Amino acid sequence: MARMTGRRALFAVPVLLAVTFGVFAIAAASPFDPVKAYAGTAGLTASQENLDQLRANLGVDQPLVQRWWDWLTSAVHGDLGDSSTLRQPVADVIGERIGWSVLLAATAFLLAILVGTTLGVLAARRPGGWLDRAVTSLAYTLEAAPPFWIGLLAVWLFALKLGVLPSGGLTDTASSAVTAGQVASHLVLPAAVLAISQLPWFVLYVRQGVGDALGDDPVRGARARGLAERTVLLGHALRSGMLPVLTLIGSRVPELITGALLVETVFSWPGIAAATVSAATAVDFPLLAALTVLATAAVLLGNLLADLLYGLADPRVGFDG
Amino acid sequence: MRARSIRGTGAVAAAASLAVAASACSAPGDGKNAGGAEDSAVVGIAYEPDTLSPLLGYGKDGNSKIFDGLLTHDADMKLKPALAAGLPKVGDDGRTYTFKLRKGVKFSDGKPFTSKDVVFTYETILDKKTNNAAKTELDAVKDVEAKGDDTVVFHLKYPYAPFAERTVLPIAPEHIAGKQDVNTGEFTTKPVGTGPYELVKWSKGEKLTFKANPGYWGGAPKVKNFTMAIIKDDDIRATRLDAGELDGAILPPNLAKKYQNDSNKKSYAAKTFDYRVVTLPTGNKVAGDIGIRRALDTGVDRKAMVDSILDGAGKEAYGPVPTDSPWFTKGTERGHDLAKAKKILDDAGWKPGMDGIREKDGVQAKFPLWYLSGDKLRQDHALAYASDAKKLGIKVEVQAGTWEVIEPRMPKDAVLAGGGSPADPDFDQYTLLKSSLAGDGFNNMAHYDNPQVDKALDKARESGDHAKRQAAYDTIQRELVKDPGYTFLTHIDHLYVVDKRFGDLTTQTEPHDHGLASGPWWNVEDWQPKQ
Repeated sequence: MARMTGRRALFAVPVLLAVTFGVFAIAAASPFDPVKAYAGTAGLTASQENLDQLRANLGVDQPLVQRWWDWLTSAVHGDLGDSSTLRQPVADVIGERIGWSVLLAATAFLLAILVGTTLGVLAARRPGGWLDRAVTSLAYTLEAAPPFWIGLLAVWLFALKLGVLPSGGLTDTASSAVTAGQVASHLVLPAAVLAISQLPWFVLYVRQGVGDALGDDPVRGARARGLAERTVLLGHALRSGMLPVLTLIGSRVPELITGALLVETVFSWPGIAAATVSAATAVDFPLLAALTVLATAAVLLGNLLADLLYGLADPRVGFDG
Repeated sequence: MRARSIRGTGAVAAAASLAVAASACSAPGDGKNAGGAEDSAVVGIAYEPDTLSPLLGYGKDGNSKIFDGLLTHDADMKLKPALAAGLPKVGDDGRTYTFKLRKGVKFSDGKPFTSKDVVFTYETILDKKTNNAAKTELDAVKDVEAKGDDTVVFHLKYPYAPFAERTVLPIAPEHIAGKQDVNTGEFTTKPVGTGPYELVKWSKGEKLTFKANPGYWGGAPKVKNFTMAIIKDDDIRATRLDAGELDGAILPPNLAKKYQNDSNKKSYAAKTFDYRVVTLPTGNKVAGDIGIRRALDTGVDRKAMVDSILDGAGKEAYGPVPTDSPWFTKGTERGHDLAKAKKILDDAGWKPGMDGIREKDGVQAKFPLWYLSGDKLRQDHALAYASDAKKLGIKVEVQAGTWEVIEPRMPKDAVLAGGGSPADPDFDQYTLLKSSLAGDGFNNMAHYDNPQVDKALDKARESGDHAKRQAAYDTIQRELVKDPGYTFLTHIDHLYVVDKRFGDLTTQTEPHDHGLASGPWWNVEDWQPKQ
C-alpha cells in the first residue's frame, strides 16, 4: 500500500511537469495578449511606450521556455509568483478561495454518493419495476444535461419563481459578515446542482453492481439460508455491488472539478473557478499554472484513493501488483 | 485493514474533508451584521475593478469613495477642492501648479495626511516599475515637490491647461503603500484612504462592502453601510433588483424601461460623453477618401440609431463633444440627408458600378468594419452603419473580433470604437486626432492627419484662457465637418434605477468607463435616506 502510494507520487512528478509546460505552451500560443488583459480599458488610451514598459514589467516578453523555467524554479522554492489579473500573490489567491471550492465540491460529492447509492439500491431491488424505470430514465436525462443549464434552471425556479433560496454569492448581498447560517443557505443550491450533475453515474453504477450481485451465488446462498431481505440487500449485495463505485469515486474527480467551475460561475460562488476563468482568458501564467497543478494533483489523488479503497474493500485485488 | 472496515474508512475520510473545508473557510468578517435598512444601501453594478490601489490606476478620474484626490468634481463636473484647501495657483506660463493642502485630514487608520503622501503617490505612479496602464495621462508631469507639510508644487514639462483635472486622482498613504510591493502588495486589495468610506471587505467577483468613515473630514455619511454587488449579467441584475436584494442598479435601456411607472423606484438617465464612433483610417483608399468620409457623415441616420438601438436614451453625436456640452460648436450638426450624400459621392467621382457599389479609378467603394465581439451595442451600431452606407452605394463589411484581432488591422480597417472623457475636451480630442499619435497604442486609431487640427489641439492645451481654448475647439469641430476622419454616431445615456426612499438624487456627466463611482451613487456620502 505504502509502496503503491510512493510509486504513484514518483510518477506524478513528470506528469505535473508536462502539464505545467503544456499550460505555458498553450497560453503562449493563444491569441490573448496578457498586457492588454492587464491594462483593461486604461490600455485603450495608453501610449505604446507605456504598454511596452508593462510588457517588460510583467515579464511576458520572455521566451516561453524561459518563463516556464523561471516559474518552475521559484515554485519549487515555495514562491508561486504574483497573479497579474488579481494583483495579488498567487498563494493568497488560492488561499482565499480554495476552502470555498473544497466545501462546495465535498458537499456535492457526499450528497451525490449518498443519494446515488440509495436510488441505485432501490432501483436494483426490482429490476424493470416502475421505480427502476423512473430512476434510470431520470439518470440518463440528467447525464445529458450540462451543469450550468441545471444551475440556471435552479436559479429560475428556487430564487426567482419561488423565492425560497438565494440566487448566488456566499452571503446575502447586504451582509458583510460571513456566518455559518448564511453560508449554509447559500450553499444549498450550488451544492445540489453540482450533486445532481454527478448523480447519474452513481445511480447507474450502483444499480448495475447491486443488481448483478443479487444474482450471484453468495447472495442466493444468503437468501437460501433465510436471512432477512434487508440483510441480504445491504449486507451482501451492496458490499460487493459497491466495488465498481469505488473506482468511480476516483474517476469522477475531473468531472467534479469542471462541473464546479461552471456551477461556481453561475452562482457567483467565490471559489477558485472565477480565478481560473479569468486566469485563462487573461493569460495570467503564474495563476493558471498553479491552478492546473492543483487540478492535476486532485485527479491523481482521486485515482490513488480509488485504487486504495478498492484494495481495502476487496483483498483479492492487490496494490499495483 | 479488512473489507469490514470500509464504511468506517469512508466516514473518516468524509469527516476529514469536511473539517479541512470548514477550517479553510474562516473568511474574515467584522462580526457585525449590516445595519438597519434605513442607513444602508446596496447597488448592483456591472463592472469590477482590477485593483483598489490608486497607484495602479483605481479611481484616477476622481470620486473613489475610499480615497480623495487633491481636487474633485461637483454635480456639474466643476473642479472643487478636496484634499487641497483651494484650487491650484498656476504659474510660470502654465508650467507650475501649486496646491495648498487641507489641514487636519487623517487617513482612516488615524495617521495624518501630508504633502509627502501626495509626492509619494505621483512619483510612484510615474515610476517605470509601477504597472499602471494609465500613467500616460500624467505625461505632462516633470516632477512633484513638497514644500513643507502643507504645500505641493507640480512642475510640468510643457504648459498644460487641463492639468488640474488630472489632480482628482486619489492620494495613497505613504506609510502603508510605501512599505510593500506596489504591484501586488496587500494595499491593492485592502486600501486605506482619507475618503468618506472605508473598505470592509472585497469579495472578488461578488461584492465590495464599505462602511462610513466616522472621522471623514467632509462629515460622516448618513448611509452607514454601502455595498456594491458585482453582477455582470444584465438580466440577473434586474431580477435581483425586483427581488429586493438591491436598492439600485445600472441597467441597459430595454430593462430600465419597465421601471418608469414603478411607484417605489426612480429612474435616472445620466448624460455622458460616452460616444460610439466609426474610425475611417487614412491608410484605406476608400475610407481615407474625403468624398466618402463626407458622404457617410451626412448619409448616416443618427436619429434612427438613437431611437431604435438606444430606445431614445442618448443623442446624436457629431464629434467627441456632445451637443449639450458648453464646448460644443453650434452649427456643426449634420442632418441626415441621403440626396446630399449621394451628390457628394457623384461630385467626388464615385460612380455607381456593378451590384450598386460605387467605383472610382477602378477601386470599389468598400471597406471592412470591425467591432468587439460580444458587445451587442457596438454590433447594432455597426450593422446600422453598414445598412445606411449601402443606401449610398458604399459596401461596409461588418466583422466581429477581439482586440487582439482588430488592433493590427486598425491602420487599414474601420473599427466601431467607443470612448469619452467629460473632464476636459483635451482628454478625448488630443489622443483621438493628433497626427503624431497615429498608431500609438489605441491613440488616433484612424491615423487622422489634419495640420489645422494639429495646430488647434496644441493651442487648446497650452492656453489657460477659456476663450482661446473655446476658439481652438471650435476650429477643430469645424474641420471635422470638412474632413470627418471618424463618423461619430451617438452619445449614450447610462440608465440607473434606484429605490425612492433615498430621495431625489443626481448624476454627474459620465465618461465611457463604467467606473465604480458612476451613477446616482457618485455622492452616496451626501444621501439623506428617509427614516
